[in-house]
Amino acid sequence: MLDSAVTLENESLSRVALSDEAVALLRRLWGMHGPLMFHQSGGCCDGSSPMCFPAGDFLTSAQDVLLGRFDIAPSGEQPQEIEFWMSSEQFAYWSHTHLTVDVVPGRGSGFSVEAPEGVRFLIRSRLMDEAAPFA
Amino acid sequence: MTVYAAPGSPDCKVVFKPRYEHWIGGEWVAPAKGQYFEDISPVNGKPFAEVARGTAEDIEAALDAAHKAAPAWGRTSTTERAAVLNRIADVIDANLELLAVAETWDNGKAIREPLNADLPLAADHFRYFASAIRAQDGDFQEMDGTMTAYQYHEPLGVVGQIIPWNFPILMAVWKLAPALAAGNAVVLKPAEQTPVSILVLMELIGDILPPGVVNVVNGFGVEAGKPLASSNRIRKIAFTGETTTGRLILQYSSANIIPATLELGGKSPNVFFSDVADRQDSFYDKALEGFALFAFNQGEVCTCPSRALIEKSIYDSFLGDAVERTRAAVQGNPLDTDTQVGAQASNDQLEKIMSYIDIGKQEGARLLLGGERADLGGDLSEGYYVQPTIFEGHNRMRLFQEEIFGPVVAVTSFDGYDDAISIANDTLYGLGAGVWSRNGNVAYRAGRDIQAGRVWVNNYHAYPAGAAFGGYKSSGIGRENNKLALSHYQQTKNLLVSYSEEPLGFF
Repeated sequence: MLDSAVTLENESLSRVALSDEAVALLRRLWGMHGPLMFHQSGGCCDGSSPMCFPAGDFLTSAQDVLLGRFDIAPSGEQPQEIEFWMSSEQFAYWSHTHLTVDVVPGRGSGFSVEAPEGVRFLIRSRLMDEAAPFA
Repeated sequence: MTVYAAPGSPDCKVVFKPRYEHWIGGEWVAPAKGQYFEDISPVNGKPFAEVARGTAEDIEAALDAAHKAAPAWGRTSTTERAAVLNRIADVIDANLELLAVAETWDNGKAIREPLNADLPLAADHFRYFASAIRAQDGDFQEMDGTMTAYQYHEPLGVVGQIIPWNFPILMAVWKLAPALAAGNAVVLKPAEQTPVSILVLMELIGDILPPGVVNVVNGFGVEAGKPLASSNRIRKIAFTGETTTGRLILQYSSANIIPATLELGGKSPNVFFSDVADRQDSFYDKALEGFALFAFNQGEVCTCPSRALIEKSIYDSFLGDAVERTRAAVQGNPLDTDTQVGAQASNDQLEKIMSYIDIGKQEGARLLLGGERADLGGDLSEGYYVQPTIFEGHNRMRLFQEEIFGPVVAVTSFDGYDDAISIANDTLYGLGAGVWSRNGNVAYRAGRDIQAGRVWVNNYHAYPAGAAFGGYKSSGIGRENNKLALSHYQQTKNLLVSYSEEPLGFF
């Protein structure tokens, strides 16, 4: 399990994590596509899924929140940073939950880069102890 | 009761090819890179055909074919185009069972749905737009005694369309019918979860259309959808899917300065006012059925009534009846016409639904029904089945705020009209809603006050051609299912004509 660095102001707990399988897959995808990013989707067929894009392919804006930043590089190697974003309006409804990006076999959709590999990123959630992160 | 024979067995209505190529320029064309992917049936979790895995090269070939076809197709008379659309509708009608079995095998849905809804609606949709284009007038305005402005509808040219997997044929038809009626050529990318049924339809209707007017390229979003959506050779992109990809599509369309229409899902409230329980009659029964419609198409509908809001005074009794009504839903072999709830469309969809059931429990929502994966045994054991699931909770829970796209409803109570509207509108989305009341004034006001593009009043999940469909808020941009959709596929040409012999006199 890899926890993200805390990126939200006035917070002290990591909000997003990657499962070991997700880290391994992201390292492979990085080799194929270069630097990567996540944007958490909502709604419809493939919504609620974290979409993984080549970094910068999806233009984030003031309407998005940076939930965390990962470094997926093995220790001692050049950093490989991946940002995890969500729209502000969605974050208003999701802020009480901690997110773990996992991988399941599947036929992904959207333009997320893992789909051709026959796998799909999936969010697993748990409640956050609300007192701690916002202290 | 009829149980249709499964593909591969001798009596099956459809014979799938072992391998499907792209449909480009009126021919089956192998993918440029020679790669294929497996199409898996959600009914049994097993692959049943190989499908061309398209890339940018295939999209370019399809765009070449579309550009070659578009000028002549755009100049055909509306009489001719309407005749083509009507012929397509007749072919769908004549092949109802074949297409229904293909759709069920590709998507997992209970076959009574394609037999009675998806395919009859698809045929009618072509007929509706055949009529709409015949009836569409241009207009003119007499500016003064010698000058007249004429407005003509012209096709855009070549358009791109990206189709979702929940109603693979019907959603393709929602986009194809207005585009073709308006005189455009199309490059269409089906969903990678359900790539085959639309190709079965193309096998049947391909020779009705001039070559290149409709081109179908299958493949993954990142490999085929992205080169299509970002191409500077399309004049419009239409997409049904989720919010992040919707924003990405808008980014690509902004780079090319072309319009995009988006249908991005919802979290639709289904509001039951107390007077529905005034009498235990047919209307009460209809309202209970309206509640249970969350499980229609396994909940894989953008407008799934996934939030049920029940007025406090009838909450316990109505919910009790609604749970029993839902418990009676028949889950089983999707090829059995008695089956009401079939399989989820893919493994990752199944996993996502289960992850939501998990967070629902963590958040303290009370499970009233279901909540488990269903094992139907035998050949269906590996299929992707989820029990219809009812949770009780409050509107700030993730269950109430995110589209699960499964047979899961989140139920809460409201206290009076204002509370109902406030909860109904407390969502990012605004695609659908249901309002149930015996009082026409209450139903009317609620229908107008709920911020959603489609409010069903005393019914739910009807999609007749002619009734405009589309989203408010983060549910998207544009309207389908109505003649308004023609405008999404047309340019306006203004011809400003002077009938005066006199010089202007400025120079």
